[in-house]
Amino acid sequence: MDTPFDRVTARGVSKVYGRQRALGAVNLELAAGEAVALLGPNGAGKSTLLGILGTLVRPSTGELLFSDEPPAAWHRAGIGVLGHESLCYGELTGRENLLFFARLYSVARPAERSAEWLARLGIEHAADRPARTYSRGMLQRLALGRALIHGPRLLLLDEPFTGLDREGVALLRSLLVAERDRGAILLIISHEFASLVDLATRALVLRRGRLVHDGPAPLTADGWRVLYEEQGSSAARPAGAAGQTASPSGAGG
Amino acid sequence: MLGPETARDRSQGGPREGSFVKTALAVAHKDLLVELRAKEILLAMAFFAAVVVLLFAFAFTHEGRANTDATAGILWIAVALAGTLGLSRAFEREREGDTLRALLLAPAPRSAIYVGKLAGIVLLMLVTEACTVPLVSLLFDAPLLAAERLPHLWLLLVLGTVGYAAVGSLFGALLARTRGRDILLGILLYPIIVPVLIAGARGTEALLARPLDRATAWFWTELLLVFDTVFITVALWVYEPLMASE
Repeated sequence: MDTPFDRVTARGVSKVYGRQRALGAVNLELAAGEAVALLGPNGAGKSTLLGILGTLVRPSTGELLFSDEPPAAWHRAGIGVLGHESLCYGELTGRENLLFFARLYSVARPAERSAEWLARLGIEHAADRPARTYSRGMLQRLALGRALIHGPRLLLLDEPFTGLDREGVALLRSLLVAERDRGAILLIISHEFASLVDLATRALVLRRGRLVHDGPAPLTADGWRVLYEEQGSSAARPAGAAGQTASPSGAGG
Repeated sequence: MLGPETARDRSQGGPREGSFVKTALAVAHKDLLVELRAKEILLAMAFFAAVVVLLFAFAFTHEGRANTDATAGILWIAVALAGTLGLSRAFEREREGDTLRALLLAPAPRSAIYVGKLAGIVLLMLVTEACTVPLVSLLFDAPLLAAERLPHLWLLLVLGTVGYAAVGSLFGALLARTRGRDILLGILLYPIIVPVLIAGARGTEALLARPLDRATAWFWTELLLVFDTVFITVALWVYEPLMASE
């Protein structure tokens, strides 16, 4: 099963926790080869949307489709998640962590693939040390290996550049560009605007659970900042007033 | 659209659905490897079970003679209390690094994750029981290690442990991300596993009877088998929807 899906569609997807509406009715289509940056202030619903797309959070209304099919266990074979936590086991070594996740995803020749990724991520020298002894940056690299080892088609990244040094950011950017170019769908929550330049191809802005902007990616870090300030901040003007990007299209809810 | 790496993915392992058995084995192996490194759960469980048995031995010893009538109950109380400690810690570990989320992302039926966790916990509990049984036998002067009783006792312990861990692993996973999980685990777990503990204790009591009451022991053993079947079937059925209901 080499291609679990090449398109992800959210139709009227919302999420309500008790009386709190975390996400309004969001309509969204993500296609192969897109790197989509998702902006928005705290509490805008970004992580909830990521959770829904990752099949970890069940939407209250609406439907999620992977190439027109409702989510099933095998679709998760094509999903990679990189979040605030490494989701790795501190007692296991870096190599054992990657080996475990490779096996969990039925990756062929898991030992070989784990070794390849450790080298690619520049943590080969610490491969046989427990992950709890890793620095924040090394742990983030290991987490990246965990998220990518099975060659996902949909990569969900929540502030992936946090904790990385300059070299780490460059490595992560190059890996993400490679993933995008091979046809993976990237959804990136980030406020490191400079890191989004030349990586993201599309910009989404969520505000108070509603998708208020959907357009091409700004070309400069300042462009991202302007977009965020105009659309994403709590004092933002109404949707449709984006700076140097295209006018909103397909804004949900 | 798939890039040029598709062919490479095929040979090097692109996304694939994981098989139930492979996933369960991977999770169980990972849990045992983590415990082998940390030696935390096993030591805590064995120590706790030993303390429980020791306390009961002092409480039930009169004029230098242990009350042998209580032996079976004490063995199963020690198993249950130590088991709760192990369950709590096993799922606390998954919560600390949010690794339960990583497991739930795996492309296999989520019930395979459940079976893997269950297998890991059962093995840890059985090792604890291997230390507890000789201690109970020694302190209560009970013939638990006698050749004609020991195999059947282990059958009871294995079945009882599976039933206990089947319910415990379900609640442990469900409560892993809730506040007050340690208290809630006990409150939810014990009322449900009371039949397992009763069957285990009564079966053990029959094994300790002089002469050996094999017919009664088999009755409780079969009952334990029924409990295990029911608990595991229900757990496998509800695990996927419950874990996806965030």
